[in-house]
Amino acid sequence: MASYPASSVFDTQRSLWAAILMGIGVMAAVDEIVFHQLLQWHHFFDFSTPAFGILSDGLLHAFELLAIVVGVFMLLDLSQRKRLSIPWAQAGFFLGMGGFQLFDGVINHKILRLHQIRYGVDPLMYDVVWNGAAIGLLLVGVWLLFRAKHLARR
Amino acid sequence: MQAHDHAAHGSMLDWLPVALIVLLTLAYLLAAYAQRQQTAGWSVWRSIFFSLGSLLIAIAVAPPLMAWAHHDLVGHMVLHLLIGMFAPLAWVLAAPVTLLLRALPQAGGRRVVALLHSRFVRFVSHPVSALVLNIGGMYVLYLTPLYALSLHHPIVHVVIHLHFLLAGYLFCWTILAEPDVSPHRLSLLFRMGVLFASIATHSLLGKLMYGYGWPRGTGHSLEEVQAAAQWMYYGGDLAEVLLAVVLLTLWLRTPVERREGVLESASAKPKTSV
Repeated sequence: MASYPASSVFDTQRSLWAAILMGIGVMAAVDEIVFHQLLQWHHFFDFSTPAFGILSDGLLHAFELLAIVVGVFMLLDLSQRKRLSIPWAQAGFFLGMGGFQLFDGVINHKILRLHQIRYGVDPLMYDVVWNGAAIGLLLVGVWLLFRAKHLARR
Repeated sequence: MQAHDHAAHGSMLDWLPVALIVLLTLAYLLAAYAQRQQTAGWSVWRSIFFSLGSLLIAIAVAPPLMAWAHHDLVGHMVLHLLIGMFAPLAWVLAAPVTLLLRALPQAGGRRVVALLHSRFVRFVSHPVSALVLNIGGMYVLYLTPLYALSLHHPIVHVVIHLHFLLAGYLFCWTILAEPDVSPHRLSLLFRMGVLFASIATHSLLGKLMYGYGWPRGTGHSLEEVQAAAQWMYYGGDLAEVLLAVVLLTLWLRTPVERREGVLESASAKPKTSV
């Protein structure tokens, strides 16, 4: 960030992206643990999923698993180099969580139809709450991003 | 000719794999002890990793567990994970090839080096080859009648388990490319990409097995096949995340100046830092 000399020691972009990866991974883990394992609302395999959906699910799953590991190690690397910017990382974490939640709610559940949030009920209310929560997290992320930019300017 | 019949009769031959593992471990520990007398030394951690890997394999190939795995598909998956993923990772971290090169006299060492530089080893030690041997082997085993065949033919059964071990070792080694030096100098990003492909393809296999009831013709109920497929899915995830954590831990242990960038950004060049 050449225009803000005060923040030049921090790698703001890398801090942001590392935390976005971590946010994606954390949200994916929450989805797996809470909705697949604890509540058992989601199904491991939905027999109405098209073949393309199963394949893309495998790719997405691999991305989620590596995102959390790579995100955490990038943050550790930045911190060792003393270049970690906490405000940018905070913003990234919420953007990652909200972004993944919205992606999961719109692309996975509705477009690829991998599985629904819950079976045997009208999914509309669940979809509204799911995607509403995603937008809420994204808004927090955007607010934190503005705050990080503002802090950098001072 | 089935393994559980052998176990019931307590055949000594069934303990042969365990005996081989014990001998191999003793050889490693003796060589490591000899190295500790030298100036270069040998890390105790490596010996611990080797023993841990051996212990996992010994547990997996011990006749009582083999008998369980023979009639229970979940048991087979657990053993597969131990032999094919967790044990090889521990063995790779023990740097057995480095130890062998140091322990052998010069002539023998040269022969090992020549073997390591042979076309065959160079080919199979490429991460993509290792991926195909490892995950491709699993697709062939579980989505064809091969698995059912292995239950009735002891030779096929032994070959398959040996393949798990060797392919798993090769895969872990080619991804880490450490501590034994890899014949290939591939970037961290490339190796992470291969690991990504491995996670995606093994989780896809788990779903296919669950959804379409593979392996077939084994007399296992669909519920058992589905339970085994989920074990493969989550257990494989755990093993591969562990491999990613080890890979990045080794990366984080290299000094900051020599550390290879992941998703390198222009501003991350060390020159611009404090």
